Amino acid sequence: MIQSWSRRTFLNRLAAMAVAGIWLQPGFANGAVKQGGRRIVCVGGGITEIVYVLGAEQALVGVDTTSLYPQAATSLPSVGYARALSSEGILALRPTHLLATEDAGPPSVLRQVSDAGVPVTILAANDTFEGVIERIQRVGALTDRHMQASQLEKQFRQDWQRARSPILARKKPAAPRVLFVLSHSPGQVMVGGKGSSADAMIAYVGARNAVDGFDGFKPLTPEAVIAAQPDIVLMTTQGMQVIGGIDGVLKLPGMAQTSAGQKRRVVALEAMFMLGFGPRLPQALTTLDQLLINAMQVSP
Amino acid sequence: MVRALRTASQRPAWLLMCLLCLSIWAAATQGAVSMTSGDWLAILQTSDTPLSGGAYVLWHLRLPRIGFAVMIGAALALSGALTQGLFRNPLADPGLLGVTSGAACAAALTIVLLAGSGIDVPPVLRYWLLPVTAFAGAVGVCFVLDSVARWLTADSIAGLLLTGIALNALAAAVIGLCTYLATDEQLRSLTFWTLGSLAGANWFLVTTLLAALILALWALHRLTHAMNALALGEAAAAHVGVNVRRLRVRVIALVALLCGFAVAWCGMIGFIGLVAPHMVRLMVGPDQRRLAPLAMLVGALLLLLADTAARTVAIPAEIPVGIFTALLGAPFFLVLLVRMRKGR
Repeated sequence: MIQSWSRRTFLNRLAAMAVAGIWLQPGFANGAVKQGGRRIVCVGGGITEIVYVLGAEQALVGVDTTSLYPQAATSLPSVGYARALSSEGILALRPTHLLATEDAGPPSVLRQVSDAGVPVTILAANDTFEGVIERIQRVGALTDRHMQASQLEKQFRQDWQRARSPILARKKPAAPRVLFVLSHSPGQVMVGGKGSSADAMIAYVGARNAVDGFDGFKPLTPEAVIAAQPDIVLMTTQGMQVIGGIDGVLKLPGMAQTSAGQKRRVVALEAMFMLGFGPRLPQALTTLDQLLINAMQVSP
Repeated sequence: MVRALRTASQRPAWLLMCLLCLSIWAAATQGAVSMTSGDWLAILQTSDTPLSGGAYVLWHLRLPRIGFAVMIGAALALSGALTQGLFRNPLADPGLLGVTSGAACAAALTIVLLAGSGIDVPPVLRYWLLPVTAFAGAVGVCFVLDSVARWLTADSIAGLLLTGIALNALAAAVIGLCTYLATDEQLRSLTFWTLGSLAGANWFLVTTLLAALILALWALHRLTHAMNALALGEAAAAHVGVNVRRLRVRVIALVALLCGFAVAWCGMIGFIGLVAPHMVRLMVGPDQRRLAPLAMLVGALLLLLADTAARTVAIPAEIPVGIFTALLGAPFFLVLLVRMRKGR
């Protein structure tokens, strides 16, 4: 009986392979059964981080491609990019909950998952301090870790106070003008305008966003870069690598005519650390603040 | 002799049918969730208890998706065959007429402007909004196309094609503007929408599409003779009694219907409309009576294979299907071209 089953599976695969011309991977449905009920698929790096900090990672059975921190999360089955989820892929992990940010989609897939009887919880992608607090509370309630969640919230508020108080106390005759540059590929350079996550971080460290004429991330003309006159250019480390380090940034059109360009003031932070708006927000704030202070002091 | 010839000429149809059945079976058995024979039996039973587990996935997700892939592929290929026949140009496809861009343009406007305007659309409508506007975009472009081309150049098909190119450019510009105005999130949904996906399949859509396809086949049946005459040229077709203007209107309406449906529900899935009719033409020649139905089969087969690959290669994640239509179709097409050249 067992033999005939495996032969059948084998023949199925072989036929499918012959037809599609590719090797089809086995599903995860027969994977290890998690004990203790909850099986959560988590979409959104910031939420995954909270799940880990709360110590609820035992319940995680799948994450999306933005869940890069902590390292352990990357070894879980990946359900793909948050905006291109697959209903069958998610259901194959036999989740009892789908936990996702507003960014998750497409909507038809979320509907199919919830129609299949899996409760779908959508958390607001609110990139603020209050947003993180809310997410901690929601994730705590969902993973049944109320105690840990209120503890984390307390800790988070304390860390936040500690990170924010020197910034608030500082006398700032001239807050530096910071230009956030997002570069996915060398040819395409976007900058963070009003309401972007980068804009929120710049405001939290008491700096000024050098561009405030538009919402979200937009491509910027060389003339507008010059007009913005940033003191510092802020990047993600990933973007910095793509563009070819500080020298690559300085070669961007218009950059040489700004004080940031002339004084080589370019700083970078890891993308999810700086813009993930998870439990590491206070640390990110302190790190970014220090980076900006150093950049302003060390001018060649 | 005649009979032998006929059976030989029918061979591609049988071969394609068998391949399609085989692919449907493969697509039904493969996927992130593994099926047991119990799941198959469960969906055949007519009991009131709602399906669960594997049977749920099979009946509500996988099977409608297979039906969707087959029918969208057929619809795209048929609209490609019709457009190529109408323009007597092997490079023509609905994309060239601006029909696809028209639908995409309307969808982009919906995603960016309506979502950005703060108008609160009820959730029930939100689900329908994008398909309806995309369909309206496709039909709108066809309407403009026909009236502008008629006003400009009476019955010339070249005029229609040029108008299509102009509309395409216009639509591309509007999409570009939307891309610029879009917020980060809107931009990402726009991008994924343009890559195409069959994830939204459900039985209601499959039935609707089936009805549209049957309607299209009936219309096709009445058009093929005139289409074949048109292959000789507009003047020649007019001489043998074909009303070119009426034919044009009908073909365009048909293309708008098929393309509008496909783009509205699945985003932009390129390549099939252009290449499926070509493959068939290389195999059986340009007679629309055989070309169009066979192109539908090839289109169905291609899209089904591409979609199966898209949802199984990176389990449990899913890769946009547009990537696979080209990845599977292009090498196959090249091999066919090379072999035909050798055979000459």
